[in-house]
Amino acid sequence: MASDTNVETFDAEAVNAKHNRELYAARQKIHPKRASGSFRSLKWIIMAVTLGIYYITPWLRWDRGEFAPDQAVLVDMANRRFYFFFIDIWPHEFFFVAGMLVMAGIGLFLVTSTVGRAWCGYTCPQTVWVDLFLVVERFFEGDRNARIKLDAAPWNSAKIAKRASKHVVWLLIAVSTGGAWIFYFADAPTLLRDFITGNAAFVAYATVGVLTATTYVFGGLMREQVCTYMCPWPRIQAAMLDEHSLTVTYNDWRGEPRTRHAKKAIAAGEVVGDCVDCNACVAVCPMGIDIRDGQQLECITCALCIDACDGVMEKIGRDKGLISYSTLSTYNQNMALATGNTPGAGIQPQLVRPEGRLAAAVQHFNWRNVIRVRTAIYTAIYAAIGLGLIVALLMRSPLDVNVLHDRNPQFVQLSDGSIRNGYQIKILNMRTEPRSFSIALDGLAGATLKLEGSDLDQGDNSKIDVKANQLRNVRAFVTLSKDAIAAKTTDFAFKIVDTTSADTVAANVRFEAPSGTGQ
Amino acid sequence: MAKNEIDDVSGVETTGHEWDGIKELNNPLPRWWLWTFYATIVFSIGYVIYYPAIPLLEGSTMGVSGVTNRSLLHDELARVEASKAGLVSRIDSTGLEDIRSDEELFRFAVAGGSSLYKVNCSQCHGSGAQGAPGYPNLNDDDWLWGGDLENIYLTIKHGVRNEDDDDARQSEMPAFGDGVLEPAQIADVTQYVLQLSSQEHDATAAKSGAAIYAENCAVCHGDDGKGGREFGAPNLADALSLYGNTAGLIAAQIAKPKHGVMPAWGLKLTEAEVKQLTVYVHSLGGGEQAATQ
Repeated sequence: MASDTNVETFDAEAVNAKHNRELYAARQKIHPKRASGSFRSLKWIIMAVTLGIYYITPWLRWDRGEFAPDQAVLVDMANRRFYFFFIDIWPHEFFFVAGMLVMAGIGLFLVTSTVGRAWCGYTCPQTVWVDLFLVVERFFEGDRNARIKLDAAPWNSAKIAKRASKHVVWLLIAVSTGGAWIFYFADAPTLLRDFITGNAAFVAYATVGVLTATTYVFGGLMREQVCTYMCPWPRIQAAMLDEHSLTVTYNDWRGEPRTRHAKKAIAAGEVVGDCVDCNACVAVCPMGIDIRDGQQLECITCALCIDACDGVMEKIGRDKGLISYSTLSTYNQNMALATGNTPGAGIQPQLVRPEGRLAAAVQHFNWRNVIRVRTAIYTAIYAAIGLGLIVALLMRSPLDVNVLHDRNPQFVQLSDGSIRNGYQIKILNMRTEPRSFSIALDGLAGATLKLEGSDLDQGDNSKIDVKANQLRNVRAFVTLSKDAIAAKTTDFAFKIVDTTSADTVAANVRFEAPSGTGQ
Repeated sequence: MAKNEIDDVSGVETTGHEWDGIKELNNPLPRWWLWTFYATIVFSIGYVIYYPAIPLLEGSTMGVSGVTNRSLLHDELARVEASKAGLVSRIDSTGLEDIRSDEELFRFAVAGGSSLYKVNCSQCHGSGAQGAPGYPNLNDDDWLWGGDLENIYLTIKHGVRNEDDDDARQSEMPAFGDGVLEPAQIADVTQYVLQLSSQEHDATAAKSGAAIYAENCAVCHGDDGKGGREFGAPNLADALSLYGNTAGLIAAQIAKPKHGVMPAWGLKLTEAEVKQLTVYVHSLGGGEQAATQ
């Protein structure tokens, strides 16, 4: 059935349209056609940036001196450190990571409530890698029609060659994806050498193996099924959309009634919508749906149907945006306009485009709608956590001290009747250079301090060396003569002072004496 | 077999089962579920062949691997031992003072000594090494047989008053109540011991007790009551006492002394373990420097 406009009509079936779906039917392969347009260009850029970040980051260097690794981003599991450029996080500072995860969550809420499933359509790794895999597929097998033909063709040498080269390149991408992941966890150049020569740890090979398999299977073979059947996000995000959230929308208020024979229909005096039923939107859809059926769970809002439709509208001299990013409220207003404010009445396209062009009364998306109570709350939470983390980062001391008072026994009586308490002092040197500290008692008159350690002369508390980026555990014994004990418990502090920079941290602790002493 | 009814709404055959008018549709299992099910069957065959699986009257089939929880534990313990082997052999070949001044060995010895202590020593000396009447407190600075590394080592290795080790620390305080001293004399000496440790006492009785002390006790406990470590004789002039420092307990100890026994741990533990325990006990706060260098 040829169209009487000069628009190419595609013989495309939306394999995932509701009426085509059966519970127990095997998956039908989708052959997305290459789209071109502004959204496609944006997606190429985002793809290049996200893949670039992923593959290049582990190879960036950052000089931290001789006592710490020089990899800019490194999750050092063995030494329990996380390096991120100028930040070096210890396990007890994991709240930074937790805070960033909370921000990522809130950010996702914010994005979803304003621009809908933008995460799914543009930045989700599944989307990005499927896009990459499709580029490879198109390179070897051609675009949609060529691929459909190839699928149906008998297995000959040309088909085998095309298929084999496609899968080999897919596997290479998969291996390098898995490979890039492990470089975040060890020194990248060393690990690469060890990996190739077979000297890397088993876990490195296992990780690469698993990620290669998931990348290849998810990106190459399963594709849209991952989003539709495996991913919880479509369900959760659907609950977060409201009438002001952007979704990819087929504007049936100007598109219907659709016809492939517009000229004939107009000549016959029939009502004709903008949609020429060319199926371009279905042909480019990577999810196998027909956006004209309305908003659906499968739609990842990749906006490729917008590009496809805009191209057609341009060609036939109509306004762009038959398929567009639109909110439910805008859509409803326009629908009311097209039906003459009579719910249930037929669509009369001439009401929205009296002169062939869209009427001024037609609503378009207004960026001001982004500011709502809901988005303001999300932004406030997001900013509050972000500011909190920045403040915490700025106020963070490169020296931390934890003191544990011995609990068993709480105190020891010595032969001269004096009372001794034992403490574990943990000094965390969070600088990437060795430091020396002295320990002094503050607020415990008459007490003596003795430290226990391999390099400490008993009684000398003036030079406790702590290695770069390390924690040191020092046993401390504080003794108070019988006469000097004023109460059963006395509060005092250990003052830990950096001998060069004079950085000081005080740790408040207690001195315990037997019941009845000092009273 | 009668053909099952076809459900009007779904067009699916029913199983013929009906409960209160509710009929069960005979839908096929989801394919992924079915394949997972088949995969588990295939897996189980390999599992039964590879691992111990089928219970027999005694034990079970062992599978080609012979891997059991017991063997896994055994392997893991062996791995731990192997990972410690380097440090253990260095502990073996290093002197106590040198272990104490080597950062790595010191940390290893204290950590290892701490867990050895909990298993072997805490039953008598307490989990915090705080001791109990008759069982010395290892945290304080009052040592019966000496508190430097070498003496702690000898005490742990050979024990005290046991019959298993010829080198065990031996000493026995005579029972002065068995006809050596009269009860009144014991009471006087008791007052003198109270005076030595600066407690409330009867000055007159202590004065006559002093003479009895000089004659009977000073040879071991010293003229000033500060004890004698070569005999394991406790310091009587300090604030601490092993069996209690009230008049009654002191008198009882003079009349019929109790004597603690400590096993010779050298017979049960390895040399490296005894050394680790030594360094650990020495680090508890009362450790002394060696008397002569």
